[in-house]
Amino acid sequence: MQVTMTVNGTEVTRDVEPRLLLVHFVRDHLGLTGTHWGCDTSNCGTCVLWMDGEPVKSCTVLAAMANGRSIRTVEDLDAGGELDPLQQGFMQCHGLQCGFCTPGMLMTARWLLDHNPDPSEAEIRDAISGNFCRCTGYENIVRSVRWAAEQEAQAPAEGEEVTA
Amino acid sequence: MQTPAPFAYERAGTVDDALALLEQHGPEARLVAGGHSLLPMMKLRLARPEVLIDINDLTDLSYIRLDGSEIAIGAMTRHAELLDSALLAEHYAIFADAERVIADPLVRNRGTIGGSFCQADPSEDLAAVGSALGATLVVRGTGGTRTVAAREFHSGPYETVVAPNEILTEVRVPLRPGSGSAYEKVERRAGDWAIAAAGAFVTLDGDTVSDVGIGLTAVGAEHFCAPTAEDTLRGQPATDENLAAAAEAAAAAANPSTDQRGPADYKRHLAGELARRALGRAVARARGEGA
Repeated sequence: MQVTMTVNGTEVTRDVEPRLLLVHFVRDHLGLTGTHWGCDTSNCGTCVLWMDGEPVKSCTVLAAMANGRSIRTVEDLDAGGELDPLQQGFMQCHGLQCGFCTPGMLMTARWLLDHNPDPSEAEIRDAISGNFCRCTGYENIVRSVRWAAEQEAQAPAEGEEVTA
Repeated sequence: MQTPAPFAYERAGTVDDALALLEQHGPEARLVAGGHSLLPMMKLRLARPEVLIDINDLTDLSYIRLDGSEIAIGAMTRHAELLDSALLAEHYAIFADAERVIADPLVRNRGTIGGSFCQADPSEDLAAVGSALGATLVVRGTGGTRTVAAREFHSGPYETVVAPNEILTEVRVPLRPGSGSAYEKVERRAGDWAIAAAGAFVTLDGDTVSDVGIGLTAVGAEHFCAPTAEDTLRGQPATDENLAAAAEAAAAAANPSTDQRGPADYKRHLAGELARRALGRAVARARGEGA
């Protein structure tokens, strides 16, 4: 079957089998390997991307189900040529060790900060409770998200013009 | 790599569309909403539908609203929406209690109340919530609409009374002024299925329990409820002793199996203890005390 969807702002059309999972579609058909493929059982969360503005586990969504919808992957975070504050936070606070969980963490945390710009530690931990870090680096991941939240609170919001 | 066996994919735009596709493809077709239970089962070949009918476009089945003396919840309402609903929080805290411990926030963005009921996993939480609250389920076929009591909805593990050519469209819960409700669950780790769980509502008339409902998850209770335990408490003062007696009767309604989540006697103990806690919290909430 043919599927057409918007991926990171660009419309793509491909022929796929109905059973193709969205995670394999973005990785193998579009070459967007930033989204990782992990447990395959909707537990680990490394495959998280956004569908129609909501973070979802793409190992448990069919590419066919994304037909006509809008997808955002981790590759889109630095689309403006500059790292997202979250990506900077993960660098500043050592928010990754092996890095396998990082794309899912970033996409889940980006959604959190977009909807709750000043989350408490408990809210961050709750938000990423569907993202596993088997390096058990949660402390630094939580710090990274807080770092980004504080950074964004100081800086003007994206798209806002700074007038002299 | 886990990939489902081949199947044909259809997408329904309306309920009538879905019903027509079900008629067209027969009993080997399955509806898919969030897919977070069905797709994993398809990967494992525990389910092998020949046709998947995607109903995610049926957004008109996504709502939580007052409808006369009932709350009506559309079958396509996602877990995340149930958790966030101010209307449900106002009338039935049991929903937020249960939703907070269903999987994780990402899965809750996809999974639906209708999917949970129709997947009918014996460890799924909303079946016991529905049984505790005496919910009714609205089921549509090409011939028309019928309603089924939550306590008559499940016909076995992963089996419901919904026919292959029917679709669950709505869950209805009666309003009960003066009531409180709660859900208590024990799981091995955050986001896991329950080892055991219990839900309850209690309506108080002064200090007397004028009505009560008790639901049990994952412990083999028939239709996820404990009617004998309810009879023990109904009409009695809401004392700790009476709540404990009802909880003991709830444990007797459990018929758990030993599996990787725990031995049967432990699960039976949990059924009683969690029923006691749920009843206690429900009473406190009915009195306007505590969270």
